[in-house]
Amino acid sequence: MSPAAPTPRRVARAGLRLRAERILEVLIEGVIRLCGVSAILFVVAIFLFIFREGKDFVFDSLKPGEFFFSPEWYPDSVEQKRYGTLALVAGTAGVTVLAMLIAVPFGLGAAIYVAEFSKGRVREVLKVTIELLAAIPSVVWGFIGMLILNPIIIRLFHAPVGLNALNGAIILALMSVPVIVSIGEDALKAVPDSYREAAEALGATRWQIVYRVLLPAAKSGLLAAVLLGVGRAIGETMAVLMSTGHAVHIPTSPLDSVRTLTATIAAELGEAPRGSEHYRALFTIGMLLFVITFAVNLTADLVVRGVRRR
Amino acid sequence: MIRTIASALAVLAVGCGSPRQGGGAGQRVMIQNKGSDTMVNLAQAWAEGYRAIKPEVGVALSGGGSGTGIAALINGTVDIANASRELEPNEAEQARKNTGKDPVRHVVALDALGIIVHPSNPLAEIAIPQVACIYGAAGTCAKWSDLSVEVPGCAGQEIVRASRQNNSGTYHYFREVVLGKKDFRLGSRDMNGSKEVVDLVGHTPCAIGYTGIGYLTSDVKTLCVTSEPGKPCRQPTTANALSGEYPIARDLYMYTLGPPQGAVKEYVDWILSEAGQAAVAKAGYIPVPKERRGK
Repeated sequence: MSPAAPTPRRVARAGLRLRAERILEVLIEGVIRLCGVSAILFVVAIFLFIFREGKDFVFDSLKPGEFFFSPEWYPDSVEQKRYGTLALVAGTAGVTVLAMLIAVPFGLGAAIYVAEFSKGRVREVLKVTIELLAAIPSVVWGFIGMLILNPIIIRLFHAPVGLNALNGAIILALMSVPVIVSIGEDALKAVPDSYREAAEALGATRWQIVYRVLLPAAKSGLLAAVLLGVGRAIGETMAVLMSTGHAVHIPTSPLDSVRTLTATIAAELGEAPRGSEHYRALFTIGMLLFVITFAVNLTADLVVRGVRRR
Repeated sequence: MIRTIASALAVLAVGCGSPRQGGGAGQRVMIQNKGSDTMVNLAQAWAEGYRAIKPEVGVALSGGGSGTGIAALINGTVDIANASRELEPNEAEQARKNTGKDPVRHVVALDALGIIVHPSNPLAEIAIPQVACIYGAAGTCAKWSDLSVEVPGCAGQEIVRASRQNNSGTYHYFREVVLGKKDFRLGSRDMNGSKEVVDLVGHTPCAIGYTGIGYLTSDVKTLCVTSEPGKPCRQPTTANALSGEYPIARDLYMYTLGPPQGAVKEYVDWILSEAGQAAVAKAGYIPVPKERRGK
């Protein structure tokens, strides 16, 4: 029997293999689809879990006036328990805004340098180093805030204490710069070269190209980069818990100690007995955080979509 | 938090055995022990001392605060909870409901709370009402000048209050005894552990703090404390705590679910023995007087 002759047996086997491949393909497609959908499932499941644990507080004990507008956070008072989150929201907002004031100029500046000015080895080294900055664990950042920045801030600003909003903001800025740089760089790179060439042909200098052409063209992408940095800063827990001083206080200056929403949950959930009012109040704070970060991410997403459509 | 992680790692090193309780002959027994941050170094010393004489018993220790240990006791996930405060009646009730057993208290060491300031602070003694004036919600002492001192190197003479987070037994004890169960004033720097309080006070000229006697170091100045202004003040020493002359001395506890049994009973008995109490003095705390042991 010659090996090339198509015997009926071989034809049957080839058909079988074809069918097996088709089944495998359908299977793999299903698995991949599941992976894609799972993210949605997880987000929904997490929200339902937080809602389930916190809903009794929301419907039974929540006094909206106190919860949103009182700075008095006394979850375990013997006299009278009070759950005012104003100081915590102000702390989170204060640290985040301050962090962005530091991170946005640095982050966008770095993104412009990496995308437009640096070349070859310098660019590669910079990109790797900035990515490394993103890989430092947040507890290590907390250490740096507590042990290195604290005495420096006391000495430089003659502050009574170095664990304060400024300390937390510097740490958060360092943590969100990598996010801003990498997404900002992508946004700048996405601007077609023809824009640059056209500007150059008109005799624009490099700075004029960046300032007049690239930044306006990439502004949606850059805004998205900043908003994702904001999301990173709001959600950060361990580093701010260690560096902000953890004091319930509405900040009036960057040198005031503050306490954030995330740090409050992290510090208090361990001892709040399951099912107690305090426990549920912490989950309600979780819902509040979820809503805030969701809004920030959604805004970032809509802005990025705006870029693509154009 | 940092020390919680550190002690968890220490546990991994100390107690790498089968994490099962009450096994037969030749099997390693693990005692789960959790709670008070004030007591974590002491409990570590006990765990290590006990391993030297009973290598077949391992003690898995972690800190986190008295509240964390008590929450674990209520959930039935530890054999022994360390606490620097007494159980609240509703906590005992919850433990009973959850596990069917009554929590049993063992006094395992004594402590005197030190009130500490930065070494450059000229203040030498303080009265309890003054401490309440600094920390309490109704208090009005916000500047060091309110206590008639001027602290060199302290910007604005603002009193920076170092306190503890509310899972701390020391925080609860302080609120009960110094503040008379009234609220703390908001705006204190709430630290995660006793060591952080001592670190903050040691590095901050404006600061004041409170901590268990075992954490006092030469980096901070320990104030002489009196119950009322005008009365002679006392340092937090063993003699002053035992004689009752130091106003803020307290007991440190271990809680078990029901009377301890088997390996846990042997461990608690050993802690109250001469050897166990010698470790207390070594860790900087005060041994339980003989006549009070086992009560």
